[in-house]
Amino acid sequence: MDALRGILTRIVTTAITLFGVAVIVFAVIRIAPGDPIAMMLPPGASDEDIARLRALYGLDKSIVEQFFIWLGNVLHGDFGTSISIRQNVLGIVLGRLPATLELSFLALIIASTIGVGLAYLATRYRETAAEGTVDVINGIALSVPDFLWGLALILTFGVAWPIFEISGRVSPTLDLPFTSNFYLLESLVRFRFDITLNLLSHMIMPAIALALPLAAVISQLLKSSLKETMNQDYVMLARTKGFPESRVIARDAMRNAILPTMTLTGVQLTFLIGGTVIIERLFSYEGLGNLAIDAVINRDLPLIQGIVLLFAVLFVAINLIVDLLYTLLNPRLRHG
Amino acid sequence: MADIAQTAPQSGPAHRRRPLPLRLVLSGTWLLVVLICAVFAPFIAPHDPLAQDLLLERLPPFWMAGSEPGYYLGTDGLGRDVLSRIIYGARIALTVAFVAATAACVIGSALGLIAGYYRGFVDQIVSRIVDIWMSFPPVLFAILLVAVIGTGLHSVILAIIVIDWIRFCRVVRAETFVQVKLDYVDSARVAGFSRLTILIREVFPNTLPTIVALLSLEMGIAVIVEAILSFVNLSISTDDPTWGGMIAEGRTIIYFAWWVLVFPLIALFLTVLAFGQFGEGLKDRFDPVLQ
Repeated sequence: MDALRGILTRIVTTAITLFGVAVIVFAVIRIAPGDPIAMMLPPGASDEDIARLRALYGLDKSIVEQFFIWLGNVLHGDFGTSISIRQNVLGIVLGRLPATLELSFLALIIASTIGVGLAYLATRYRETAAEGTVDVINGIALSVPDFLWGLALILTFGVAWPIFEISGRVSPTLDLPFTSNFYLLESLVRFRFDITLNLLSHMIMPAIALALPLAAVISQLLKSSLKETMNQDYVMLARTKGFPESRVIARDAMRNAILPTMTLTGVQLTFLIGGTVIIERLFSYEGLGNLAIDAVINRDLPLIQGIVLLFAVLFVAINLIVDLLYTLLNPRLRHG
Repeated sequence: MADIAQTAPQSGPAHRRRPLPLRLVLSGTWLLVVLICAVFAPFIAPHDPLAQDLLLERLPPFWMAGSEPGYYLGTDGLGRDVLSRIIYGARIALTVAFVAATAACVIGSALGLIAGYYRGFVDQIVSRIVDIWMSFPPVLFAILLVAVIGTGLHSVILAIIVIDWIRFCRVVRAETFVQVKLDYVDSARVAGFSRLTILIREVFPNTLPTIVALLSLEMGIAVIVEAILSFVNLSISTDDPTWGGMIAEGRTIIYFAWWVLVFPLIALFLTVLAFGQFGEGLKDRFDPVLQ
């Protein structure tokens, strides 16, 4: 029952959070100086034209009125029309979302692989130089943010030793026979592995840059979690049965150590997705984050609102899912 | 990283006897170098960081063919000395680091202590605000804020404070939860201290090691945020030397003059790493539990 109450409370606070997000997004943008209408019209437009355009975008009403009209529209899936691109905001945003999701997902896979790999090495060769090395790598990967890793990668594997592409999502010369914007997924489904390789060549460096800090978090958490499990009775038992140490770690200890790591990694996932904003800019990758920065520079209010809201909903959803999973999977909370 | 300190010899009554950990020495030295560069920039920099000379554009660093004596790290696309711009860039980086991180630390830690100690209604409100703040990608939030309140050094600092106080608030709140349950708080209560006195005189000093480590880490984050904002051209004016601005220019001419990107990047890399390691080192050294 306590778990159920916890879940209900969590859902109520999530609703409050989402409302707060909407208020902040709306408020931040409405206090912006500079008139977006003025930017859309040629200099010397008549007052009448300006007034007409203001009414068209609903800018002539009171702030509170504007907020609730806007919120009502948003809840019906109407995010308005982009001022710079002059298309439906929801359409633009959903068109760009797959690029960001694919990049984030690739980064998550890389982060998990590196993180688990390092934790395994540090446990297998514990109390040797290898463990110390892993600690140092983790420390550096944690202190240095994705932006700097991205630049370092561009210099190393883009310029000094050019083996990967440093800008864009896919080579513009390639003909893409795709129906969705999930290029990576679709190229795999359609067995167009030439396109898959081209996509990966563009995505691998931004994905690694995003993955490194998260890999260090995973590695640290899993390593300390493994350290605990290695002294448990069942691990001792597996060892006395004569299984080799590598198998004991990989099968018996890892299985029990990975769950707490996964739940704690969930929150970190939002940091990774947040990192796509600047990383996409750095690599000129045509995702949501790159679009967001363009929208800010162009003062495209409806588009900024749409993108920020989409990110916020994504983050709130991830945090909610992680919390609920934690409640469901943690026996102490379930029976407590 | 804490394991290293735990395995270090714990003998002796005072931590003063322990030798300074290597990372504290290394990171502290680098931060001191950056600080000296920032304070004495006009005396150290070999050239005017703003002086353009189109006859000297894109000069390579001193060990490469075609370099000019006196331009040790080469020049950028407008013939400005890279080394001098890096030295002057330290001024803006450290100003942002100290001012923004300290203000975010004071606000966030105060709210974290209050929410963690008094719980109840105050905690509910602070926690909801933190939840809302956590729902925005921080970089996008910063870019948006600066675009709204206008570019410039003050805006960059303000944006970092507005966004990053929650880093302190979350951690200090959680730390306060832990501290409040410890025996010394009960003892203080039995001894008749008021709640406010206990919070300020007993609980707060015990959260300090955490706060100091976070503060150092936050200074590194502030330096990065300023660089990112300069990179997207939203920090201070493009002429003024900032590491992020140099990186942005270097990114566009990367195939012709890699040094315009590489040297400010190294400065940024080492500074951020040093702030992080310095904080961790201080925490290990002054954490009462470890002593």
